[in-house]
Amino acid sequence: MADQAPLICRDIHKTFDQLEVLKGISLETRKGDVVSLIGSSGSGKSTFLRCINLLETPTSGDIIVHGDPIRFTTNRKGERIPADNKQVELIRAKLSMVFQSFNLWSHMTVLENIIEAPIHVLKVPKKEAIERAEAYLNKVGIYERKDYYPAQMSGGQQQRAAIARALAMEPEVMLFDEPTSALDPELVGEVLKVMQSLAEEGRTMIVVTHEMAFARDVSSQVLFLHQGVIEEQGTPEKVFDHPDSERMKQFLTPNF
Amino acid sequence: MLDLKGYGPALMDGAIVTIELAFLSLALSVALGLVGASAKLSQSRVAKGIATTYTTLIRGVPDLVMMLLFYYGGQVAVNMLSDYIWEAYEIDFFFQFDPFISGVVTIGLIFGAYMTETFRGAFLAVETGQIEAARAYGFTRFHTFRRIMLPQMLRHALPGLGNNWQVLLKTTALVSIIGLTDMVRVAEEAAKAERMPFHFFIPVAFVYLALTAGSELFIKWLDKRANVGVVQGS
Repeated sequence: MADQAPLICRDIHKTFDQLEVLKGISLETRKGDVVSLIGSSGSGKSTFLRCINLLETPTSGDIIVHGDPIRFTTNRKGERIPADNKQVELIRAKLSMVFQSFNLWSHMTVLENIIEAPIHVLKVPKKEAIERAEAYLNKVGIYERKDYYPAQMSGGQQQRAAIARALAMEPEVMLFDEPTSALDPELVGEVLKVMQSLAEEGRTMIVVTHEMAFARDVSSQVLFLHQGVIEEQGTPEKVFDHPDSERMKQFLTPNF
Repeated sequence: MLDLKGYGPALMDGAIVTIELAFLSLALSVALGLVGASAKLSQSRVAKGIATTYTTLIRGVPDLVMMLLFYYGGQVAVNMLSDYIWEAYEIDFFFQFDPFISGVVTIGLIFGAYMTETFRGAFLAVETGQIEAARAYGFTRFHTFRRIMLPQMLRHALPGLGNNWQVLLKTTALVSIIGLTDMVRVAEEAAKAERMPFHFFIPVAFVYLALTAGSELFIKWLDKRANVGVVQGS
């Protein structure tokens, strides 16, 4: 199919010990969608994002990446685990993640960080990987920092480098886990600007965020999570301007 | 000039034995340490149990007792095994427990236990986010270990590793007890025969000092390399 959904999640549940963190979350994306996941801390939005690329294994539910459903099996303890590690690695390579605390590999320069996965996971020739990395570094505006180590850069620059690392995988879907939450307020803008330009290029993105202005202006779909369920879902206009749920109304009311 | 009364060449050979013994034991202990640390950090209860028994046992028994146990006990065990195999299968299996091999095995086993603890701590010191990023980008477990875990844990392991190495180097002096003609053994014989303890033991002390001082410089250099990308706090 030409226009296959890049990512479908069906009825995702996740339980840690006794605590049910996700109580059936479904999401369907089209190519070019920007989905914002909002909600207060503990609502399960980050856990849901981490279930998508199997950093957490969902207790039940299906994940289908570009028509390819992830296969699960049960281990001896009766826990659900991915059936095929190779498949998981393959799928992860199509879903690159940007983390709240950047997680650039601290012993590698920015350029080395960006070419590592394309060379070793996607088997791109080194020369091509470097060209690709340099192009994306230009795009996020830190080409001149390519030989720096992460610790030598500001948080905003590190996060932009991490976005370049994600882009270099040329992924189906980009997953952003609160990409601006660890940044000083004056650095948030530079990262959001890069993300906005990616959205405008038509990249499929799923963004867990507390930046309401970003969610409202950039997303095509907004999901409001509360205590592990989707309380409100729809276009930004619908969710922000005409919410049905009381919770969503409360969430939007500033209380100082 | 220092007159070694004709013992010079023998002392030199002894020094080479010491160095060979130290490096081979180091290689064995690092290998055992990596395996031990992986076992301790694994999910498997059996692996954890074996590794914990190993480190508790080895670290609780004096090095000298271990060495005597291995050398004398080892030969007895080989003899018993040999008798058994001969009676059961009529296969002629025997080997002499050579003091050099006993030395390497004993010292390697002892320091493998210390290395296990050093590496375990170092692995735990690697930030989980670093590993998580590798997994999230589709790295295999092996690739995550080789490209992310290993280089990052080395930074945390080097100070302890350097320390263990210096103690290991000095522990090699114990092998003279089990009859290996290392540098200390030659010096002891010479000192007895010539009744000149200072004359022979002081040069030996200096050789050890030179080796440890040299390795300290090398470890400093390694440390600098391993810490590339780390901003040092003032």
